[in-house]
Formats: sequence, structure tokens, C-alpha cells
Amino acid sequence: MAKVVIEKLSKNFDRVEAVKNFELDIGDREFVVLVGPSGCGKSTTLRCVAGLEEVTAGEIYIGDQMVNDLPPRDRNIAMVFQDYALYPHMSVYQNMAFGLKLRKYAKAEIAQRVREAAQILGIEELLHRKPRELSGGQRQRVAVGRAIVRKPSVFLFDEPLSNLDAKLRVQMRAELSKLHQQLQTTIIYVTHDQVEAMTMGTKIVIMKDGEIQQVGTPMEVYEYPVNLFVGGFIGSPAMNFIPAKIVSKNSKLYLDAGSFELLVPSKKEKYLQGKTNEEVIFGMRPENMQDKSFAEKSLEGSPVKTVVEVVEPLGNEVQLFVTSGEHSLVARVDPRTQARISEEIELVLNIDKIHIFEKEPPHFRVKTEERS
Amino acid sequence: MIRSLAQRKKMKVRLSYLALVPFLVFFMFPLYWMLITSFKTDTEITSLKGIPLIIQSKPTLAHYKKIFFKEKLPLWFKNSFIITGLVTLITMLISISAAYALTRMRFFGSQPLGIGTFLTYLVPPTLLFIPFYKVVGTLGLLNTKWSLLFIYPTATVPFCTWILIGYFSAIPRQLDEAAFVDGASYFQMLTRVFLPVATPGLIAATMFAFTVSWANFLYPLAYIYRHDEQVLTAGIYTSLIKGDVYFWGELMAAALVASVPVVVLFAFLMDYYIAGLTQGTIK
Repeated sequence: MAKVVIEKLSKNFDRVEAVKNFELDIGDREFVVLVGPSGCGKSTTLRCVAGLEEVTAGEIYIGDQMVNDLPPRDRNIAMVFQDYALYPHMSVYQNMAFGLKLRKYAKAEIAQRVREAAQILGIEELLHRKPRELSGGQRQRVAVGRAIVRKPSVFLFDEPLSNLDAKLRVQMRAELSKLHQQLQTTIIYVTHDQVEAMTMGTKIVIMKDGEIQQVGTPMEVYEYPVNLFVGGFIGSPAMNFIPAKIVSKNSKLYLDAGSFELLVPSKKEKYLQGKTNEEVIFGMRPENMQDKSFAEKSLEGSPVKTVVEVVEPLGNEVQLFVTSGEHSLVARVDPRTQARISEEIELVLNIDKIHIFEKEPPHFRVKTEERS
Repeated sequence: MIRSLAQRKKMKVRLSYLALVPFLVFFMFPLYWMLITSFKTDTEITSLKGIPLIIQSKPTLAHYKKIFFKEKLPLWFKNSFIITGLVTLITMLISISAAYALTRMRFFGSQPLGIGTFLTYLVPPTLLFIPFYKVVGTLGLLNTKWSLLFIYPTATVPFCTWILIGYFSAIPRQLDEAAFVDGASYFQMLTRVFLPVATPGLIAATMFAFTVSWANFLYPLAYIYRHDEQVLTAGIYTSLIKGDVYFWGELMAAALVASVPVVVLFAFLMDYYIAGLTQGTIK
């Protein structure tokens, strides 16, 4: 159990800056998820914490100790790799015991810890098997087991679920969350899958091109993305982005998107007052666009006329891919929708949930609400 | 006729065995020739009426008795075993360390060194044995079997290193990293992870080093003249061919006996050699 502090971490590979000026405080027992598209530097950051990469600049603290120059074995960490990296010539038991053996634990202690971990993970039956005799999910469990027997102060997970099939991934996700509850240990978890990030993390760090974009709880980054990238990255299907202009008509503010106009709600007006005639990009999550026939009565604003291109029924909801003028949009609507391909449908937008971003990169969020 | 899949499969297996027959005949023929000649009497071997492919008169053990009790075959056997064993050991120690360093440690010039190592193997022994003669002479080892300890590794080390580099670099890096995080030192990683995982490679390299040292002919012939210091290959040749007289029966018997250790080695290790151990490491 320990906090992890990363100060001004940079890592270059030759001339490529993989991680730039990374700053993060990780509290004791937090489950931090580093998420971002491939090549964003998340794995490199994790490997720096593990001691598998030397840092170019900056400092890493685990507990109160600066670990920059410590080899991995002296950092009191355990790591689970994407490809499991089990020792092929050792049985499951030996795989899990290996780290303890190297640290010269007593035999009885090793046996006890391995059995404990095997029990938690439900792999007691497999202890005598070799890795090649295990399924993907079982190997994953062994890899996790190898980490937990060590009782390290920090767990590092490097995309541990990406080789599992979809169903197993959902199951392991829940199990890892449960494990975190049980072990009460700091976890740093790397993934490119925003669903994993949202469901497991107590704190999410969204990265792009080696830089942190936003740090926050899952709901914070979902509700208040600090820029267009975060807005688009978190959430599936992705947020709709529509270029628009803020215009003033009859002393009211509108977002003019060309093919339709949206009335800016009165409580957001004061933030946008000074921005009339500015070009912006506004974002609307698919679930905030509803079929007019089944929309909640409380939604204000005039409906947007769209043409349906694709209808994807998912059972509990229907995903509609529609166009309005030059804009392509995705909406998640009530399953009772009567939408038919090539026909018109009216969508109501929940304007309270609008996200407005600057037109110029890096597309910062335009403030439209007060929050702590 | 309609055949089931199982029958077709059986047919295929039979056919592939059939295809192997010509190769078998081709490769086994010299051994067969050696075998029957070693049991023939001298009279039969030299008789113009004899049929080379079969034994006509009564088979004899005379040649075997002669090489074991009158010639120094047991001593050469011992010498060959000592030299081959030590050379194999030296080779493996050097090759394992070299291959490990060249695959897993990045240092200035590690890449060209790896390639350079292999290139040295390509220099033919016929070109090397004259300068080596000088080296062996300077070391004061001329006319002793110990000279071979210095000479054989020049051929075995580069090749074995090369084989092991291949096997070691096939070991996924994540495995090293896992071992590192688990607390292994470089040395422990080698002994506890690399060597067990690369066992087929180790066996291949060992077999190569053993065979090359066991069968080498040119170097002992060039550096050793005393019969007591001789190894099998050159020993048989220098003592069983006197001038232009070939003692065919004894030659064949000795050659056959000399090839037994290699055959035994291959018979035992072939399965390991082929078995892939890396399955299941990843995914």
C-alpha cells in the first residue's frame, strides 16, 4: 500500500517524445486508469513506474521513496502483462511462487500465499498444470495470481484484458474491480478501452501524444470533458461534433449549425454572451438525442429534422445513424422508434447536456456552467 | 473405390514412408558396407572372387580383437572423450554467455559483433591450421591432445553462439520483464528462465559442438604425432594405414566403433531437439 507520485516525467526514444511532462498524484488504494489511443505514451509511463524503462527527465516516487534509479525488483511492485508472460517451463504453482522464491521466502510461507491467491482467483485446480494447458482466461488469472502473491505496494496492469474475448473481458473486469476492493492496494492500469477505464477506475487519466489531457473520476471526464479529444474519446458511440456559429437574434442566443438552429438555454447564456458570431464546435452525446415521439416532455427546444441512414436495433435501445444537412449524427433512441431507412425522423436534443468547444485546436471546452 | 478419410490418411502415411526408402538405402549403404567388411576375414576382403555385399565365408571378430587389444583404440577413445567433453563444456559456457549478452544487452557494437561472430565460422580450417600451428607451438602444446582444447572452440563457439542467438531472441521480451519485476537478476534470469525455455537450442548446440569435436580430422592430424596423444579420427588413420597398405577390416571396425557415441547421442536427444518448448508462453 503506497501512494505514487510522478513529477514532470518525460521519456524520449531517440528523437521521439513518448511521454511529455507527465504529472500525477496517485493516492493510496486508488485504482488509476491510464487510457488513450495507441501510441499515446500510457504504456511507456507505466513501464517507467515499473522500472523497465529509464526516465529521460522527472521523478517517480513510490511511497516516500524516489525510485528513479531502483531496478524493478527493489520497487515493491508487481506487474501483469498484456501477453501474460508466464514462464512456459514452470507449473502454475511455480509461476506464482517464482518471485517469492527469488526473495528467499520460507517454503511454508510460499505455499500458503500461493494457495491463498489461487483461492481468491479460483485456480486451485490448476496449480499443477503448465501454462500451455490453460485457456486464455485461466492464463490471465495465473498472471494476476503471480502478482498478488507478492503482496506488493503497487500493482501495474498493462492492457491485461485485451487478449480475451468480449464476454470474458466483461467478467474479468468485474473480478479485477472486486479484487481491488479485496486487496486494498494501489493499482495503475493501462488500457486503450474507454469502457474498461470508465468501469474500473476510481480516477481516469486520459492521454494523447504523450501528454495528459484530463484527470478525473469517470463521471467527471464524461460530463465535463476539458477538450474535444476527451469528449470524443470517452463514450461509445462517440460524441457527435457539429461545427456551428453563435448568433444573436431577438436578444436570444442560438447555435447556428447550418441545417438547424439550437436555442441556447437561458442559464448558459451569460457564459456565451461575449462570443456572438464566434465559430465553435458543439458536442452532443448520442443518448442526449431522442426520437421526438418518445422524448421526455421536459426537453425544450425545437426538434431537428434528420434523414435516417442506418438503424441498429440493440434490443434495449436503437442506434440511429442520421444526417442533417452536411452533418452525420448518431443517436441512441427508444427501442419503440418507428425510424425507417431513408425516411425522415425528428430528433429532440437535450440542450442542457451540450458541450461547446473552441474551433481552433486544441479545442478547449468553452465554459458553460459553474462546477467545483 | 470410395475411401474414408481415415483410410486416405493411412495411405498417405504409407506413401511417405515409401518415399523415404531410397534415401534410407543411400544413407545406410556406407554403414552397411563398413559393418559387413569389419566381420570379413582378410582373405575374403582381398579375394577377387568375393562379393562385396555379403559375407561368404565364416564371419570373424579378429579385426575387433586387434583394434582393441593390439592397437591403442581404447586410449584414443579416452582421449577423444576427454577432448570432446571439455570442448563441448567450454563451448557451451562461452556460447551461452555470448548469445545471452548479444541478444539481451544493448551495448555499443553489439549488433555487428553478433554478425561478426558468425562470419568467423566461415573461414575454412584449411586456411587456419597453419597460423594455428604457430599459436599451438607458442603455447608449447604441440604434439599434445590439449592443443585441441584451444583449436576446436574456434569452430564450435561461433556456430553455437549463432544457434543460441536464434533461440534466445525467440524468447519474448515480456518474459524477461516479468522475471525482472519478479526480482530476478540477469544471472538468475539466464539460469531460471532462458536456459529452461531454450532447452531445444541448448541441445542442438551441444550436439553440434560434440559432433564437430568428435569428428574433426585435420587438426589432430596436423598437430599430434605421438600415438599416445592421438584422438580417434587421426589415430585410426595413422595407425591402420601403413604406407600404401590399408588394413581394411580393422579400419572398418574402428570407424564403426568410433561412430557409436554420436549415434547414441542423437538417438537419445533427437526428441528433445525437435520438441518446441516455447508453446504457451504467450497468449
